[in-house]
Amino acid sequence: MPRNYFKLPSWFEEWNAKRPTDVYGPGIIVGIVGSVLFVFAAIVILGQPFATDSLQSGPRGTGMSRAEFVSDLATPDPDIEELYEDEPFVPQGDEVLAKDIYENVQVLGDLTEDNFLRLMNAITLWVAPEEGCAYCHAEDDIEEYGNDSLYTKVVSRRMIEMTQNINAFWDGHVSANKEVGVTCFTCHRGNPVPSDIWYNNVPVNQAAAGWSANQNRATRNSQSTSLPSDALQEFFINNETIAVHDLESRVPGVPGRDLPSIQNTERTYSLMNHFANSLGVNCVFCHNSRAFYEGSEVTPQWSTASLGIAMVQELNNDYLLPLEGILPESRLGAIHGDVPKVSCKTCHKGYQQPLQGENVIADWPELQTTETPVYE
Amino acid sequence: MITEYQNIFTQVQVRGPAEMGTDDYGTLTADRTKSTRFSSLLGWLGNAQIGPVNLGMVGVVSLASGILWLNIIGFNMLAQVGWSVPEFLRQLFWLALEPPSPEYGLRMPPLDDGGWYLIASFFLLFSVMGWWYRSWQLAAEQKMGKHVFWAFGAAIWLFLVLGLFRPILIGSWSEAVPYGIFPHLDWTTAFSIRYGNLYYNPFHCLSIVFLYGSTLLFAMHGGTILSVARYGGDREIEQITDRGTASERAALFWRWTMGFNATMEGVHRWAWWFAVLTPLTGGIGILLTGTVVDNWFIWAQEHNFAPEYDGSYGYENYGSYEAFIGKE
Repeated sequence: MPRNYFKLPSWFEEWNAKRPTDVYGPGIIVGIVGSVLFVFAAIVILGQPFATDSLQSGPRGTGMSRAEFVSDLATPDPDIEELYEDEPFVPQGDEVLAKDIYENVQVLGDLTEDNFLRLMNAITLWVAPEEGCAYCHAEDDIEEYGNDSLYTKVVSRRMIEMTQNINAFWDGHVSANKEVGVTCFTCHRGNPVPSDIWYNNVPVNQAAAGWSANQNRATRNSQSTSLPSDALQEFFINNETIAVHDLESRVPGVPGRDLPSIQNTERTYSLMNHFANSLGVNCVFCHNSRAFYEGSEVTPQWSTASLGIAMVQELNNDYLLPLEGILPESRLGAIHGDVPKVSCKTCHKGYQQPLQGENVIADWPELQTTETPVYE
Repeated sequence: MITEYQNIFTQVQVRGPAEMGTDDYGTLTADRTKSTRFSSLLGWLGNAQIGPVNLGMVGVVSLASGILWLNIIGFNMLAQVGWSVPEFLRQLFWLALEPPSPEYGLRMPPLDDGGWYLIASFFLLFSVMGWWYRSWQLAAEQKMGKHVFWAFGAAIWLFLVLGLFRPILIGSWSEAVPYGIFPHLDWTTAFSIRYGNLYYNPFHCLSIVFLYGSTLLFAMHGGTILSVARYGGDREIEQITDRGTASERAALFWRWTMGFNATMEGVHRWAWWFAVLTPLTGGIGILLTGTVVDNWFIWAQEHNFAPEYDGSYGYENYGSYEAFIGKE
């Protein structure tokens, strides 16, 4: 018998001893029922803490929807706060143009001085807010700003051309449903090197060759899956065929020789993982839930995404790969010394539409066209 | 409280002299280990006695080649991460020994591109077949039926379809399943995607029916026997030959529940067939995939097994992204 250090009054002990009751049996039931009631009441009064909402993307009963936490939906992309607006100066026709004042203005020469400086200021804020003008123009005097001594200036010029090209010719993707467009900020978000760029990283395995060498490692390019890490390289640089399905119930041939193999399928699946994570969506955002390949049963987003694939292929091959030789070694990939490249995630950064579909191009007619900008 | 001997998590363990087993011909103990011991831990789950084990020559060879198979995989994985043990542990679930690349067809590929895979697979085949033979041998020694042998054979059928029959029919070892935790799951997903959605493969449907049916039967049978254990229902063999009140109550329970009851013996045939038919039908489904049917969804639509959607989805009714993120 352990000593009773906590003594209750003797009258209580007597009263208690006369009324032996099993408090443990009912205690468990009362506890469970009480807890359930408490939680139920809390949910009714305070609301469901993990409430979800869903966006339907196909006919009822086909499992086509995307669920999100309401709390996530209520939180806008924090980068939207950082968007920089600066209305253009509509030219009256008598202004001096940038090319007449400044030396070596190759792309933006037809801008008025006001608009040229306005855009230069914006690019500084978008790309190098901390480093300032010197990031591209070195510590030169303002008269020397025409110098191409820094690689950053040469690259910027090409990137301005790229931005103009995207807005002018890929508006089917970047302004698919409404005017959205892209500016430097869409990728850069205030960083000299945008986040979510990628480098070629295959082979990922030593002592292996062929398909054994390019998969089965958790890498950024494989979205931390064991799927092939070369999906971005093969599809976004080499323009490999993404589709892997046979479009008839029986197609003769050997997979991997005449037909796509299981390995090709895994590579495509790796790309699809990249898509899903880049946009924060699932398969049925673009595909139907029964037959991924079926072109007649895809959602409207499938076409937008297909244009996006073609756009990324062009951006990588025409704008980024030619930067080899211009970019210094510190900006190149660790394994192959290749230039940084773009993919869906470089712009989207986890959102269905970059910056949640904010119209970023409205103030920047200079970036909307490869020709003379139109001010309204 | 009267202590009771029960099965899982039993509080009382019955423990007499070690049961050494039969030796009808006076030769059977030759292949048997001599020592036995008792484990209270195992006694919580089942019989506390460990051993003797009758591995025999085939068992030893089977175990040895199985260990070789596992080690070839492990050392290949270790070589892939540059012999770094921390990296091996970190990436263990991602790493794999992959089958050959498709360009080698059924030829012997280089060791680092599937060659080791084929060698390892050969040892696995040898190991599994040896263990299968053992399940016949041991049953024969005990003068038992060969039900376990045939049931194991059903699983081996699926195994052989995946790694041997189907790759040969297709003409490429690259179609075999990689040896790795996540990689073999990726293979499974890719297999379904590549061949037009395996859910529309009727043999896949059958296999699922038998798999889920097996779990249902298992729960029903286990629940029934446990619930009549108080009447001796857990002595199933006795109840088969000499039906007692336990059997009567169990039978009545199901007959009154759904108008039909299995018998004390027959329920085991139900369970055996459901379990065996799971890999049997599944194996047929895999074997047909890529050899007879290349796109199961189209096949299913052609055979009125899956509906066709007309495409009038009414997208305009589904709500917009702007509304979804609260911008409207």
